[in-house]
Amino acid sequence: MNINDFNTLGLIVLIPLIGGIINGVFGSKLPKSWAPKIGSAALALSFFFALQSVHALYTSKAERLTYVAYKWIYAGSMGIDIAFMIDHLSAIMVLIVTGVGFLIHLYSAGYMHDDPGEWKFFSYLNFFIFAMLLLILGKNMIVTFIGWEGVGACSYLLIGFWFTDDEKAKAGQKAFIVNRVGDFAFILGLFLLFWETGTFDYVEIAHMASSTTSALALHGVATAAVILIFIGCTGKSAQIPLYTWLPDAMAGPTPVSALIHAATMVTSGVYLLARLNGVVTLSPVAMGVIALVGACTAFFAATIALVQTDIKKVLAYSTVSQLGYMFIAIGVGSFTGAIFHLMTHAFFKACLFLGSGSVIHSMGGEQEITKMGGLRKFMPITHITFAISCLAISGFPLLAGFFSKDLILWGALSNTHVFAVEGVTPKMIFLTEMVAAPVQSGAALTTQGWVPIAFIIAFALGLITAGLTAFYMFRLYFMTFWGEFRGDEETKSHLHESPISMTLPLVVLAGLALIGGWGGWPHFISHWFHDPHWMLGFEHWLAPVFETSDKFRIVNRFGSHAATQETIATGVSVLVGLAGISAAYFAYVVNPNIARRVKQRFGTVHRTLMAKYKVDEFYDFLFVSGSILVGKIAYVFDQFVVDNAVNFVGRVGESIGRVLRNLQSGNVQRYATYIILAVVLCLIAIGSVNV
Amino acid sequence: MFNSISLLAATLMPSGGVPWLTMVTFFPLLGALALTFVPKLQSGVHRNLALVISLITAALSLGILLNFDATAPLTEGAFTFQLQEGPVPWVKSLGIHYSLAIDGISLWLVILTTFLMPIAILSTYSAVKKNVKEYMILLLLLEAGMLGALVSNDVFLFYIFWEVMLIPMYLIIGVFGGEDRVKAAVKFFIYTMVGSLLMLIAILYVYFKVHTQTGVYSFLLQDMLSVQLSPTEQLWLCGAFLLAFAIKVPLFPFHTWLPLAHVQAPTAGSVILAGVLLKMGTYGMVRFAFPMFPNAVKIFAPFIATLAVIGIVYAALVAMVQDDVKKLVAYSSVSHLGFCVLGLIAMTPQGLAGGMYIMLAHGVATGGLFLCVGILYERRHTKKIAAFGGVAKSMPVFAAMFMIIIFASVGLPGLNGFVGEFLALVGTAKSQFLWHDAPIVFSLVDVDGVQAWGFHMTDTFPLDTKIQAGGEFTAYIFASIATLGVIFAAGYLLWMYRRVMFGPLKLDANKNLKDLNGREIVYLTPIVLMCIFMGVFPQFFLGRMEPSLNQFLGYMQSKTQNSIAKIQLTEEELTAAKDANPEHFKTYREVRMPNVVVASPVKEGWVPKGKLVDQKGDK
Repeated sequence: MNINDFNTLGLIVLIPLIGGIINGVFGSKLPKSWAPKIGSAALALSFFFALQSVHALYTSKAERLTYVAYKWIYAGSMGIDIAFMIDHLSAIMVLIVTGVGFLIHLYSAGYMHDDPGEWKFFSYLNFFIFAMLLLILGKNMIVTFIGWEGVGACSYLLIGFWFTDDEKAKAGQKAFIVNRVGDFAFILGLFLLFWETGTFDYVEIAHMASSTTSALALHGVATAAVILIFIGCTGKSAQIPLYTWLPDAMAGPTPVSALIHAATMVTSGVYLLARLNGVVTLSPVAMGVIALVGACTAFFAATIALVQTDIKKVLAYSTVSQLGYMFIAIGVGSFTGAIFHLMTHAFFKACLFLGSGSVIHSMGGEQEITKMGGLRKFMPITHITFAISCLAISGFPLLAGFFSKDLILWGALSNTHVFAVEGVTPKMIFLTEMVAAPVQSGAALTTQGWVPIAFIIAFALGLITAGLTAFYMFRLYFMTFWGEFRGDEETKSHLHESPISMTLPLVVLAGLALIGGWGGWPHFISHWFHDPHWMLGFEHWLAPVFETSDKFRIVNRFGSHAATQETIATGVSVLVGLAGISAAYFAYVVNPNIARRVKQRFGTVHRTLMAKYKVDEFYDFLFVSGSILVGKIAYVFDQFVVDNAVNFVGRVGESIGRVLRNLQSGNVQRYATYIILAVVLCLIAIGSVNV
Repeated sequence: MFNSISLLAATLMPSGGVPWLTMVTFFPLLGALALTFVPKLQSGVHRNLALVISLITAALSLGILLNFDATAPLTEGAFTFQLQEGPVPWVKSLGIHYSLAIDGISLWLVILTTFLMPIAILSTYSAVKKNVKEYMILLLLLEAGMLGALVSNDVFLFYIFWEVMLIPMYLIIGVFGGEDRVKAAVKFFIYTMVGSLLMLIAILYVYFKVHTQTGVYSFLLQDMLSVQLSPTEQLWLCGAFLLAFAIKVPLFPFHTWLPLAHVQAPTAGSVILAGVLLKMGTYGMVRFAFPMFPNAVKIFAPFIATLAVIGIVYAALVAMVQDDVKKLVAYSSVSHLGFCVLGLIAMTPQGLAGGMYIMLAHGVATGGLFLCVGILYERRHTKKIAAFGGVAKSMPVFAAMFMIIIFASVGLPGLNGFVGEFLALVGTAKSQFLWHDAPIVFSLVDVDGVQAWGFHMTDTFPLDTKIQAGGEFTAYIFASIATLGVIFAAGYLLWMYRRVMFGPLKLDANKNLKDLNGREIVYLTPIVLMCIFMGVFPQFFLGRMEPSLNQFLGYMQSKTQNSIAKIQLTEEELTAAKDANPEHFKTYREVRMPNVVVASPVKEGWVPKGKLVDQKGDK
């Protein structure tokens, strides 16, 4: 096997593309039942090859396997190949995308069964997977960018899948354009990096970021470049200030929400920053910004989720909030935590979305949880899987979310950039080759500057958010599945458990939500068992990718033996989660009046939250109406000023012509006068010269 | 027939070979001639014959493509031409030659022309019912004019073809256009004419200059390129050329003829106008204006880039508020061509390649957009956005194709629009050409052997390389603002698409719209496939342009530095200038010397004169 020409990577990407083309071009003519089969088969094959590649990567012991498909754009010194790479980071991503993607395709076969546009749906889904695979397997930033835009376009098409509803078409358009705003910054960030490094290749950039001389040059643009790229990520991964499209994107079919707007596409920003960790950690300032934005988003979205009554809207805001966690992790330099949470989140959030889809399917399209209730009797499988995922997202001990969330919170509490340590002079060598003396001692460190404070704020907000998350998830769960059914009789008579093609993915995902986190135990627990490899498997697997960052740049401010602090942090976050669950239990099961009274008591707060802080309206006013207004002014300017200015020049010519035309009247006497005048003038002229 | 061809070949190409360029250029002309013999009433024959002629032309142009050798050795000068035919003296006394040739810059534009023409003709089958004969003849004449302008490398010949394309287009708009067609046609004509006349004057000036310097009258491009011009002359002549081309492109603020012309022009006219005719402006810049007057271009560069950037954002904003689909697309053209000009003027390999690629991609994608508008117009006889809504429901196939073309135009990676815009933006961001790194100095300059005091923009001022950091940052700002246009493009195009195609079917008139018929599918499919192919395999196109572009860039660089050497101040003159105006020198250094260390790893494209100073310092 040639590690530099590993063409299986090409197959992983190509197969969904072929599936999409078959369904897209011939779908309307093929028998109806073929579309889901073609779509799912493509994903199954792709998943198979992904497994094979990861296996090959594992057995080869190579750092990465690469494959150059062909030369794409070459101009001057810039050469961009369509090239793919699988390393330990993209291995995890590719398994999530093709694995979870396959389950969701399977689910869609049941969910979209009655839709006449089923073939189109599967075609779009396949195209989406193709673009997503480009994004994660790309060996350079441009291939990633092709995927980045491609997933945006597919998301646009899928959100607006039922385009005859103007609201849905609008939501799709909004998603695309808000993402474009992010892409604007992203492209500029790319240019800055390219300007400095002369390459778009991840491997070369990582190499430059980790060797002293080139890191020095890169350091100059790192803050600007990382923040610009991060703004791009706030678009794709729905962070403040560009998160507004994601809740609206729930207009799409539910499997789309699960696949694109929970498990895969929205996490691509996290993936990208983890991929560029070498550059990110060059700039403590950028890290502080990322951590703060992530923390604010996590908290802010969680508060909105507290009061929403649309089952998918709650999940949407929850997704925004959880993505905020991932950005906290990136910001505080816990890249393993970010990817770990990305993975576990893909499991439980996909399960939650698919579960909500199952509920909506059974409720005949109803999404208001105020009209649900008591569904556990009718839909046992959906209920159990939903419950497991709710526990997982709330950080209940031993479930997937517990491990990943604790890793992030612990990172926020303990991590510090080496430049923020007191007594360390900022020197490039401390970022690339040497461990600074105060860190080497292994003792607890004192920090300076605002960045460590930002990390602590991120921890505090993260902790509060953990409680809020547990509360609103269980509010959702209790209102949907417990108590009495609140809908009409008609709907009640149709309640049913979903078909096997829909429940099977639920069961698999719930299983993953149960055990998916067992590769990343907290260190204080694994210490008791003398650190067996599997208990920290996730960390070990990703270690080569984040090597420089972990070794030289991110330090633990509690020193190297921090088991006590870690235990306390974990304990607190578990307690907060349990408190949230119990609060929801009391407020929505034991005594539903509590919720009502709180709502009345804090009417203003409730209304503000229901209105989502009116951010959408604000943006509409400022940016949408604003640019239309500017456009109108520009148009008026164009018609009356620019055009007339040129016409004026024309008219001057015309009027000169008109004056001259009067001279040529055809009147002989007049001509004679002209001649005489001319002669006289000539004589005067000559005379004046002579004198 | 074959005898005559071989006779022709023997005259044109003494070394043997097939005169592909002559055949391609004059085949449409012969076709137009043939059409005049067909009775006027047989419109079916006219259409089919014109289509067959344009298809044969397209097939012949493949001969050019196949015989073009991208690996051919490069010669001295700005361009290395291939498939040279002639030069055969045409008007000997005036030095006008029949000389056709092609290089990587014009190759793809020729192919684009022959590619779009059959599509445009096919689109007229149901749109034009009256005066079909004249229409077809005009289209074929237009094609001949465009092809001729692209392949001629005698400047006078170029000018003739340039004017030849003007008249058919004028008639196409004025006779076959919409309600306001006469006004639109006149405006189109006057604008273009003013530019052309200025260009003609400039051409003649250079022509006489050639005679003064070499003693020979010649309009051949290589002769005109080798002429020596003083900086002042360059500025004026370059201005005249650039104005002519800027009107044609059109560059803000000379663009107001375009929306009017597009709205009034029939579909085929719009397709050709946007697809090829506008590119004549950008092509002319690369082929004539830039290499003839390199120093003047260097001085104009920041201003041209500013206009281009304003045009990008401004036209995009204006496009957003249009209520007429065609006008929206017309303004989008202005915006997109702003990227093109920006890329070209950046003088970097990426920027040039990007500008060239935008010409092709925009031709295909915007041609496609106009075809789509035409299809809608034929069904509903209106182009107002408000008259549509929910059309995707009744026309699903059309919706899919329209969507792909829209995405191509938005610049979605994987489709053709992205490649050009990306290259142009990368090139701009790295450019060092968009900056006056030479100050305006009142100094003694050697102009044609005469020493004269005056204000001069020179590249000779000995500034050290640190100052170029300012140039790089300026370029980055240009790129940033231009990138804004990418957001707006998504905004206005997708918004238009949503209002036309998505949403509920509110109006009864839209409920029973017929989806594409066979003929429409036949002419839209090549556009869609080309959008995809150009997006997925751009190197197929770029690879054949690259040697020519690199040579051109190298020429621009050497030419600029040669002329620098010519007007270089001597040490004494410099001291004198400093003594005369010490304040100016001092402030310039102080203001323009930021403490920024430039660490750009790759210096390519147009590299500022700092080199010259370095060499001096090395001594």
